[in-house]
Amino acid sequence: MIPAAFEYVAPASVEEALAALAEHGDDAKIIAGGQSLLPVLRMRLNAPEWVIDLGRIASLRGVRDGGDHLAIGAMTTHHDVGQDPMVHEHALLISKAITHLADAQVRHRGTFGGALAHADPAGDLGAPALALDATFVVQGPGGTREIPAADFFVDLFETAISDDEILTEVRVPKYDGWGAAYEKFVRIAHQWPIVAVAATVRLEGDTIAEARIGLTNMGSTPVRARATEQMLAGQPATEEGVAAAAALAADGTTPPSDLNGDADYRRHLATVLTRRAVLAAAGRG
Amino acid sequence: MTATQEPTARAEIGRDRRRKEDQRLITGRTRWTDNITLPGMLHLAMVRSPFPHARITGIETEAAKQSPNVVAVLTGADLGEAQGACINAWPVVPDQVTPAHVPMPSDRVAFAGETVAVVVARSAAEARDAAELVEVDYEELPAALELKESAEAHANGGALAHPDLGTNVSAVWRFDSAEAGTGGDVEAAIAEARENGIVIEREYRQQRLIPAFMEPRSTVVDPTGEQITVWSATQVPHILRFAMAATTGVPESKIRVIAPDVGGGFGGKLQQTPEEMITFAVARRLGKPVKYTETRSESLLAAHHGRDQWQRLTLAATKDGHVTGLKVDLLADLGAYVAIVGGGVPVLGAFMFNAIYKFPAYQFQTTNVLTNKTWTDAYRGAGRPEATFAIERLMDELAAELGKDPLEVREMNWIKHEEFPFTTVAGLEYDSGNYEAATARAKEMFGYDALRAEQAERRSRGDKVQLGIGVSTFTEMCGLAPSRVLGSLNYGAGGWEHAEVRMLATGKVEVVTGASAHGQGHETAFSQIVADRLGVPFEDIEVLHGDTQISHKGLDTYGSRSLVVGGEALVRAADKVIEKARPIAAHLLEASVDDLEFSAGRFAVKGTDQGMAITEIATAVFAAHNLPDGLEPSIDSEATFDPVNFNYPHGTHLCAVEVDTETGQVRLRSYACCDDIGNVINPLIVAGQVHGGLVQGIAQALWEEAVYDDNGTLVTGSFVDYLLPTAADTISFDLDHTTSPATTNSLGTKGVGEAGTIASTPAVVNAVVDALRPYGVHDVAMPCTPERVWRAINSGGSGGETTEAAAPHFDESEGAAQ
Repeated sequence: MIPAAFEYVAPASVEEALAALAEHGDDAKIIAGGQSLLPVLRMRLNAPEWVIDLGRIASLRGVRDGGDHLAIGAMTTHHDVGQDPMVHEHALLISKAITHLADAQVRHRGTFGGALAHADPAGDLGAPALALDATFVVQGPGGTREIPAADFFVDLFETAISDDEILTEVRVPKYDGWGAAYEKFVRIAHQWPIVAVAATVRLEGDTIAEARIGLTNMGSTPVRARATEQMLAGQPATEEGVAAAAALAADGTTPPSDLNGDADYRRHLATVLTRRAVLAAAGRG
Repeated sequence: MTATQEPTARAEIGRDRRRKEDQRLITGRTRWTDNITLPGMLHLAMVRSPFPHARITGIETEAAKQSPNVVAVLTGADLGEAQGACINAWPVVPDQVTPAHVPMPSDRVAFAGETVAVVVARSAAEARDAAELVEVDYEELPAALELKESAEAHANGGALAHPDLGTNVSAVWRFDSAEAGTGGDVEAAIAEARENGIVIEREYRQQRLIPAFMEPRSTVVDPTGEQITVWSATQVPHILRFAMAATTGVPESKIRVIAPDVGGGFGGKLQQTPEEMITFAVARRLGKPVKYTETRSESLLAAHHGRDQWQRLTLAATKDGHVTGLKVDLLADLGAYVAIVGGGVPVLGAFMFNAIYKFPAYQFQTTNVLTNKTWTDAYRGAGRPEATFAIERLMDELAAELGKDPLEVREMNWIKHEEFPFTTVAGLEYDSGNYEAATARAKEMFGYDALRAEQAERRSRGDKVQLGIGVSTFTEMCGLAPSRVLGSLNYGAGGWEHAEVRMLATGKVEVVTGASAHGQGHETAFSQIVADRLGVPFEDIEVLHGDTQISHKGLDTYGSRSLVVGGEALVRAADKVIEKARPIAAHLLEASVDDLEFSAGRFAVKGTDQGMAITEIATAVFAAHNLPDGLEPSIDSEATFDPVNFNYPHGTHLCAVEVDTETGQVRLRSYACCDDIGNVINPLIVAGQVHGGLVQGIAQALWEEAVYDDNGTLVTGSFVDYLLPTAADTISFDLDHTTSPATTNSLGTKGVGEAGTIASTPAVVNAVVDALRPYGVHDVAMPCTPERVWRAINSGGSGGETTEAAAPHFDESEGAAQ
């Protein structure tokens, strides 16, 4: 478990980091919290010549109130995001998901932006970010640009971030008063989810007015369960009201088959977990 | 001279002593093998085959040799016979087919992970870098992978693990009670039951497991002294020294093996490994100290695996549920080589399928099969978990067939407490036990009747979460082992253990044991035994082990043997100290030997206040100024104990699970067990053994499985995919004990190291199946994954196969951001 030798640079600003990236390009890997990159290096699955560490860039850390949204710095640790009262108030789904994310050690080292940029479809943050229609702010040589969540996840480990860009911030619209739940299905506690469902709902009385649902590990990217979302609008927040809509959750998905379950089983799980997540988000779980 | 020392205030045996070794172990102040650094030491990295079966057609080492600070790159051809061989110590039948096991082959690899070259460099990192530069050309050969197919390969032209051998069948070992004269004819019993009784026929799978000890294997060899010193993270320093000497030609007296503190083994370090032999050979060749420490991935890939059997079982019973016969037919996967006791692991189960029940007829057969997978050998329980699983699952099936409570059916058939000692249909004599008492206590702790009522209630209302209750009334044979019995089974060594007690001049005591601890707590438990025996303070006793120059004789630690064999040796050595001290005490006290009483560490002259502590006698012997004529100035003693019988702990384990029928998820609800392990030396250590053992057995039932794909690649090559549970996945267990002292050792103790693992697996699977019986389910294959449980509910069968692929979670692509 010894990585191949590499050169290390820890820039103090995004501009310096971009310059390092421009200089080393394909020979470089960016390290954020390192919770995914270090195992890759230690198992020698990859051997970059340069590792560019964003850990010293203070401006990338912290959660800020952006008015109609929260701006979460890409280098904010999972722990700090999960404990942030603003996140709890305005984006409860993210708080809920983070309580299920890996273990305490990883949550203290791993970063919000790093995990999203890693784009593992089994990661716990992609589905919430997608469900909440987050916006990804990236900075490159030509300045910054904003990428909607729906366009951000391209494929397995692949995002819309260009090779010469760095993810700096994730903007999450405020969902004040929405209930939320993250239903994660694992065999043992420290596992990636076999399937997970991120659901947030807005109730009007006992009726579901709106629902947003993201699915974890049901394809090569996080996916939205849009058919379910549409059918839920106007349904009573009851087991019966939710069940029919939840049964559509896996429609159009292409989940993987692996040791922990084949695609059919995952589709089935997605419907069960969606029903439970929506009911829990509605306070009926 | 009068005694000044107070007698020991209270008995040490039975006391919850915290382990004296833990301070150094849990604070990291100890030295594990990998922490050892010697002047001028070099580091090794192994180059391993990616193919399960291939001819080596070329190895290009030049680029690696040019890599910075590389001292040598060596292949099997370079080392030749100096590497020695990995031995099989237990040819289970005289005509066993045993492929030669060269530590580093030069012509052909027989499993993915086998070492083909070794890089020696000044640092571990440089060795690892250079290992990637070694180019090996392979010509792939057909690989024997699937166990059932491999067993038939000689007949149908299938792939052979070793083509020169002409077959994959290494051995067929058989026991038949009619032939042995220990019981009746099993075929007749089955035929009778087909006519007038009940026949239960099942096939169960013991999945392949990996002994995931905490400390990866590591070896340091220093060839610069008069003796070659080998430090290794091993359970078996004495056996390793013997094997190294026997296969390399280095005199045994020129080899010193040290097992320093070793971080767990579970059978996985009961081996003479290729890596140890390669490290030894490289050190000798270069004349310099070298170290090899495996990565976790290498450990999962190439350290021996465990279990991996198919079990075909036929149980015959009368209509009212009395068992009349049991027939067992195993296929056991040995992997690529017959490991040190690999072929014997299924044979260790041969005497245990009949378990606690009075079967009148019994037959056992195992067919040991070579495949192109990682070799298999002992893993906590070794043969006995497989046997216990099979019989305890069958007894639940019989109960289901009869419509009776599974405990009731067991009680109808088990040996009654007044029937001990009892000679079983497998020919073993169980010395003591009380299955009624252990079961009554377990039921009480568990709240058996209330849980059965809740189960009925959930069933009647069609709850989506069903409750299942699993029973396992296990026994096992441990305390390996009577040497004569081992001899009759063609085992290559004895089963005795050795101990020595040294009385130091300052009143301290050194205890030397041949049982080599690797986390069990020998230093504490053995100190407690000696403290009581010699009446010296617990703190004044030092337990030494794991170094062949200190503990020169020993057969090491496995098979729950340390206490029941090694502990008895220690008792006898301590008693010899007392007997050697007695005439000296009489001389110094000017009394007759017959007038002396020894108690609480002190010889007293009957009817007087005259007396002398044994520690004072040790001082007097050190000075040797005033000893009886003709007596040697020493009261140090040693003893070697060879048991006359195995040792038979038993217990009743009850497990409740909740099964989410919508997802197949199994959640442990409660677990109660009452184990009878005879007298207990240290209840705290026992509780630790039981808790850990339970988790290991539960893990086989629910989580762990070594999975290979069709290419012979280990899919579960890291802890991402090999699901090792943590405390977060388990519940708190309810433990208690009944006490039927063993009659075959003077402390009345029984082994506990493997009990929890042996007992718990069938308790959990029985619970899962019990929950699902209303759905027509009568089996779920292990591990009972949610997917399998869900499929068993919805499609019948035992849940189907695992998809032999793992999800990637680490991005291997070049470049890319964050």
